[in-house]
Amino acid sequence: MTVFAFYLFALCTIVGGLFTVISRNPVHSVLWLILAFLSSAGLFVLLGAEFVAMLLIIVYVGAVAVLFLFVVMMLDVDFAELRAGMAKYMPLALLIGVILLMQLGMAFGVWEVSEIAASQLSAPTPLATETQNTAALGLLLYDRYFLLFQLAGLILLVAMIGAIVLTLRHRQDVKRQNVLAQMYRDPKKAMELRDVKPGQGL
Amino acid sequence: MADFFSTPLGTFVIILAQCLAVLGFVMISLLFLVYGDRKIWAAVQMRRGPNVVGTFGILQSVADALKYVLKEVVIPAGSDKAVFILAPMISFVMSMIAWAVIPFSDGWVLSDINVAILYVFAISSLEVYGVIMGGWASNSKYPFLGSLRSAAQMISYEVSIGLIIIGVIISTGSMNFGNIVQAQDTGWGFFGWYWLPHFPMVFLFFISALAETNRPPFDLPEAESELVAGYQVEYSATPFLLFMAGEYIAIFLMCALTSLLFFGGWLSPIPGLPDGALWMVGKMAFFFFIFAMVKAITPRYRYDQLMRLGWKVFLPFSLVWVVFVSFAAKFGWFWGIFARWTTGG
Repeated sequence: MTVFAFYLFALCTIVGGLFTVISRNPVHSVLWLILAFLSSAGLFVLLGAEFVAMLLIIVYVGAVAVLFLFVVMMLDVDFAELRAGMAKYMPLALLIGVILLMQLGMAFGVWEVSEIAASQLSAPTPLATETQNTAALGLLLYDRYFLLFQLAGLILLVAMIGAIVLTLRHRQDVKRQNVLAQMYRDPKKAMELRDVKPGQGL
Repeated sequence: MADFFSTPLGTFVIILAQCLAVLGFVMISLLFLVYGDRKIWAAVQMRRGPNVVGTFGILQSVADALKYVLKEVVIPAGSDKAVFILAPMISFVMSMIAWAVIPFSDGWVLSDINVAILYVFAISSLEVYGVIMGGWASNSKYPFLGSLRSAAQMISYEVSIGLIIIGVIISTGSMNFGNIVQAQDTGWGFFGWYWLPHFPMVFLFFISALAETNRPPFDLPEAESELVAGYQVEYSATPFLLFMAGEYIAIFLMCALTSLLFFGGWLSPIPGLPDGALWMVGKMAFFFFIFAMVKAITPRYRYDQLMRLGWKVFLPFSLVWVVFVSFAAKFGWFWGIFARWTTGG
């Protein structure tokens, strides 16, 4: 059963990744990418890392890919033009691909696993049977690697502030709604009750 | 017979039967929810509502469902056909599979996983894809605007839902629904549940749930007065039925979540009375009644108001609440009602 599930998810991941690259419509590409994300989340579940799997879905599929899709849908892509440019960039793309393949081949050709690697790997977390992996991850992040975790958060915060500073414009010529000012308006200053006699008007 | 159910095929049959039981429960309640929604809505507006098909019109939903299934499926020529058909299916399936981890009573759950609450959260964040894909694939202006709106809206309110859920998780020390409900079983009945310690969050969660499921007053993705029907404009027959069923199932799921997280799930409100699935179903029905009342009595929000409420009010408030709950749980403030870790895994 597990083997069947593994091959199903693995196949879906590969097919999703493949079609992300070769699909002509960018929106379809993003949808295939989502399939790849989802099936790799399935692979994580099979490994017993259910917390990571759920995070993968929540963060990547639920938020990041929605924004991808959002942007890609808004793009006005001319497919004919894209295809015309294909021939021009093909040799360069092939060259880069071949170089990367060679590098990977060289790297895997001389791959050696150190004798102490296994003991190093199993050191930090308790066994999966003893504790849930949410608790294990929490202990690692907030206890053992607390400083690194905080630093990573700080870097993200700086990046976020940077993005806001770069794009923030205070336009003076648009009307803005000030909700607090509206709520604290005094009815006595804003309106006046007049007793209008019938047939006379004001 | 007992031998058969321990073989792989037997296990498979049992799992299938359990899935079908949950599916059947949700689908049958769906029919009555749509009917109830329309009746409540009509009663508020002093109309009669559906009253022709069956006694008091109770079979109206069945007739509607049959009508949708029998009608012709119209697919616009300019649409992206594969995505167009896929979108309603995703919308329906995503709201359906979240029920796999919802317990109806102690142990009455399809899949009792450790990260159940994260699973529901993940699945509900996927529901937005049905709307986005449907809007885009229709290749038409109103659906597209509707799908853009829903994308921004659902992501915004997921943030505050996530933070509210974190508060409950901190109090329980577990992400399993069974543990969350057991943690609320304090012997105090109604007053032992999480709504009391997490009082303001109940309202925030409910309002965020309205926004997350595109219910009025936050039904901007399908605002019929501006966008005709938003992302559903080009849909007809069964695909439209799937969209609508998915929407109602998602609402019902949110009712189930509210009762599990804050109102003790299957626990009885009065100490001494037996707990059971009936309480759970009753609570879900009650929250659906409130959902229907909100639809009947509130005017639609403007889009910038919606965004302001999500990002400038709910997000800071729930963030501060998470910090408060963390301190209260850690140091045992308020007689320890925020820290119920004895039942947690």
